[in-house]
Amino acid sequence: MFEREKIHVIEKSKKEWEEKKVERTLSRFPERKKEFVTSYEDEIERLYTPLDIKNLDYIKDLGFPGEYPFTRGVQPTMYRGKLWTMRQYAGFGSAEESNKRYKYLLEQGQTGLSIAFDLPTQIGFDSDDPMSEGEVGKVGVAIDSLKDMEILFDGIPLDKVSVSMTINSTAMILLAMLMTVAKKQGVPYEKLRGTIQNDILKEYMARGTYIFPPKESMKLIVDIFDYGSKNLPKFNLISISGYHIREAGANAVQEIAFTLADGIAYVEAAVKAGLDPNEFGTNLSFFFNAHNNFLEEVAKFRAARKLWARIMKERFGVTNESAMKLKFHTQTAGSTLTAQQPLNNIIRVTIQALAAVLGGTQSLHTNSYDEALGLPTEQSVTVALRTQQIIAHEMGVSETVDALAGSFAIEKLTLDIEEKAQKYLEKIDEIGGMVNAIEAGYPQKEILNSAYKAQQRIENKEQIIVGVNEYNSDKTEKIDILKVDEEQEEKQIEKLKNLKNQRNNSKTEESLTRLKKAATNGDNLFPYIIECVENYSTVGEITNILKEVYGEYRESTTI
Amino acid sequence: MSTRIRVLIAKPGLDGHDRGAKVLARALRDAGMEVIYTGIRRTPEEIVEAAIQEDVDLIGLSILSGAHKKLCQKILNLLKEKEADIPVILGGIIPEEDIPELKEMGIIEIFTPGASLKEIIEKVKDIAMGRKV
Repeated sequence: MFEREKIHVIEKSKKEWEEKKVERTLSRFPERKKEFVTSYEDEIERLYTPLDIKNLDYIKDLGFPGEYPFTRGVQPTMYRGKLWTMRQYAGFGSAEESNKRYKYLLEQGQTGLSIAFDLPTQIGFDSDDPMSEGEVGKVGVAIDSLKDMEILFDGIPLDKVSVSMTINSTAMILLAMLMTVAKKQGVPYEKLRGTIQNDILKEYMARGTYIFPPKESMKLIVDIFDYGSKNLPKFNLISISGYHIREAGANAVQEIAFTLADGIAYVEAAVKAGLDPNEFGTNLSFFFNAHNNFLEEVAKFRAARKLWARIMKERFGVTNESAMKLKFHTQTAGSTLTAQQPLNNIIRVTIQALAAVLGGTQSLHTNSYDEALGLPTEQSVTVALRTQQIIAHEMGVSETVDALAGSFAIEKLTLDIEEKAQKYLEKIDEIGGMVNAIEAGYPQKEILNSAYKAQQRIENKEQIIVGVNEYNSDKTEKIDILKVDEEQEEKQIEKLKNLKNQRNNSKTEESLTRLKKAATNGDNLFPYIIECVENYSTVGEITNILKEVYGEYRESTTI
Repeated sequence: MSTRIRVLIAKPGLDGHDRGAKVLARALRDAGMEVIYTGIRRTPEEIVEAAIQEDVDLIGLSILSGAHKKLCQKILNLLKEKEADIPVILGGIIPEEDIPELKEMGIIEIFTPGASLKEIIEKVKDIAMGRKV
């Protein structure tokens, strides 16, 4: 980017500046900390200059937005054309209650839905299963059958609103339910827009809602790619998620490295099954975390885009440019929120959201200020949504594309993160890919090491958390906390009982039997699951059939 | 009887967010204790069984899903049934207003977000040594 001669002059001047100015200042005023480090423990330089990016080639490394390697964004005009989708993750209690919350959020100007399911639904237990006790409707909405899903989307036009569902091991079942509801609304599959998370590998690493062993889980995902790419052209069939990897304690480099490695594993599995990455590649999407270190985070998003474009082009020989684009949803970092002085979280979320926007996200969830205490209330989620609207409409940052490009610090951090993530990718290739690496506990161990170090930095006050290890206050802020009705569980169980009495049980049985046969034969399960769902089989019943064929996974615990 | 403190760190219920549990397990081990970590998604029965078999001095539960009342009650009942006098502490996203009820139930100490490892280690030592005496 710079002429060699100019670089030489800058180098000389910088040296002089260090010897004359900096040293004198340091001898009188030592710096605040002995070490300034990134989340991945690289030293942060006092000053970044053209020297740090002297080998950067604008066309090769950055290019233009909407052009390979997409470092500057996946669309040519980015937010000038269309703002990111504002998509708050929501759901709790019953389908009726959650339906009300979705309608409220849409009225407030939210532009897409993001469904939070309770843990039993995510792990394939019905509400009346003993394992579900105490968990029904707690961290998301309880869905036992198509009946609940019909209530959940009652009055929500599925041809107009895109729906994202955080669902992984039971993704095929819930997607089949969504498709069936759409059909009943008169919306053809081809018009259905949205995303299913459907990223099982990160569940073994970070989030824990797996059911089946990794290889069987991968088969289900390939089935979804196969059936989905033919029948749901506007739907993202996976959201490869670094968010939870980061929340589990990974640093910024690990977050994108492990996520992209998961992505590679999915693409490889699909290619092996005979699918064309030029086609299904356009239905892939990603999900990242927007953490606290602002500059590092902006750089992380840019590095991830560049890496993925290269992986698709060079590793998988993709020629369709659309299939090289890393499109991503972002959520601000839940783990950075404090229970102490909860209103401070509004500021944290605002700055994290700004990093996501300057990093070029396609969709954003801003956390609510009360999330270290419970689920968001109507007030707290409204503030969170307004935060996005203020950034979008008042701050001017959506008027130009990739505004921080060319900053010496941003470009250097982008290069560093890219390079370090690349090393992890090579290491994972050496282990034989991500499925093997997870089975060997490799990423889990790396993540735990980072989590432990991060906690130690907080304990030693090398990292200040306002209101927690510094600037604490004895005064407690009184804020309202959302309570999920404890009787909700009984009501849901009652509903399930009624369903089983009302449906045509012999038809349900027949479709479950057919599913079992298909699973044993290794067929694509999607059409069979749709049939089960249409006959009001429950999430638990369908999952149990698959458990009989596939078995269940138990982690080996490493600490 | 070993003089080293033995602790069981357990995650009951369906929630898989285990960062806190794992970081604490490692910190307790670094502080010289013997730590057994159950892994995620264990039933109250499995946890109590493991605690008795491993003869631990303390059980640390980590729950973030909001199911803490039901799960804690079950675990405490089972311990009583088996006449196992093992103190239980709890960490996670626990609303302030639930704390008195949980303590009344028999949970000895409750740590919410922002608690420091140092603080928890000290408490674990106190409680476990009290039991050893």
